[in-house]
Amino acid sequence: MSVATASLVAMSDGGYLAAGWGATIGLIGAYALITVRRGRRLSRRVPEGDRRWT
Amino acid sequence: MSDPTGDTPAVTVGGAPLHTGSRATRVLGLAALATIALWALYGLVWSPADREMGDLVRLLYVHVPVAILLYAGAGLTTFASAMWLRRRTPGWDALAVAAAELGVLFGVLTLLTGSIWGKPTWNTFWTWDARLTSTALLEVLLIGYLAVRRVDPSPAGGSVRASILGLLLFPNVIIVHYSVDWWRSLHQPATVTRLDPTIEGDMLVALMVGMLAGALTFAWLLLHRFRLAWLEQQVERHDLVAAVADRRAEGDPGAGTPASSNPTPTEPEAQPA
Repeated sequence: MSVATASLVAMSDGGYLAAGWGATIGLIGAYALITVRRGRRLSRRVPEGDRRWT
Repeated sequence: MSDPTGDTPAVTVGGAPLHTGSRATRVLGLAALATIALWALYGLVWSPADREMGDLVRLLYVHVPVAILLYAGAGLTTFASAMWLRRRTPGWDALAVAAAELGVLFGVLTLLTGSIWGKPTWNTFWTWDARLTSTALLEVLLIGYLAVRRVDPSPAGGSVRASILGLLLFPNVIIVHYSVDWWRSLHQPATVTRLDPTIEGDMLVALMVGMLAGALTFAWLLLHRFRLAWLEQQVERHDLVAAVADRRAEGDPGAGTPASSNPTPTEPEAQPA
């Protein structure tokens, strides 16, 4: 990924590209993390029989 | 993020995992991460700059996939809402709320990446153009869908109202998509959702890899969010059963300990999706 980052810095309009790509990957990553954490927290409150995935 | 797929610590009690991951999400998560890396390489390194837009074309490799995922989230919410109104099973309700939340996420990203592209290209972050305005309206509808679910104190009432609102989402997707054809618009017309795409070579590959990465990520997020919605329903149900048992125990002092001390109260089985 460092190749992509170095390439991004060297480009014209690099700031716009960094903002667009960074916001997208950052927001999706943050949402994924929050969702997984909420799932772990709630799983402890639900009986085993109601968690039907393995 | 130490655990990008969120699934590795397979903490289980009697076989059921204490998280929303599964073998399917692990495979999907790894495939999504690999495709995202390929997407970044194609989008930022291997594909050439555009003759007119220069390097700004690389923003479109993000903007177009997230816009299509906004459509997918809204369309899936409409479908799941219609199915919930017909069948009234908790699985469709969970799918609808999961898809709507993803729709909001990808809607925010669509508007954000579009604005970032618009500033150097149109010299403005925002203009009341038909495509931009209809996309913002779709985002407001999606947020409204989630808000309506919370306004009604009874879960079933909130689901009914939200589902009716959910039916409006896909028609709005059609308006967003064809807005560039129906009205005079600053936004460019369809680039890839037509039989003869207006881009080719490595630029087309970068866009297609972006769409694949987006689709895999969407599927991974949807699975986790659906299971989370399912867990929320179960917690709500168990809390309600415990509260009713507590109230009954208060009225009958000889009934023994309140049910809230029992972590697994018995109640009617929910119907799976």
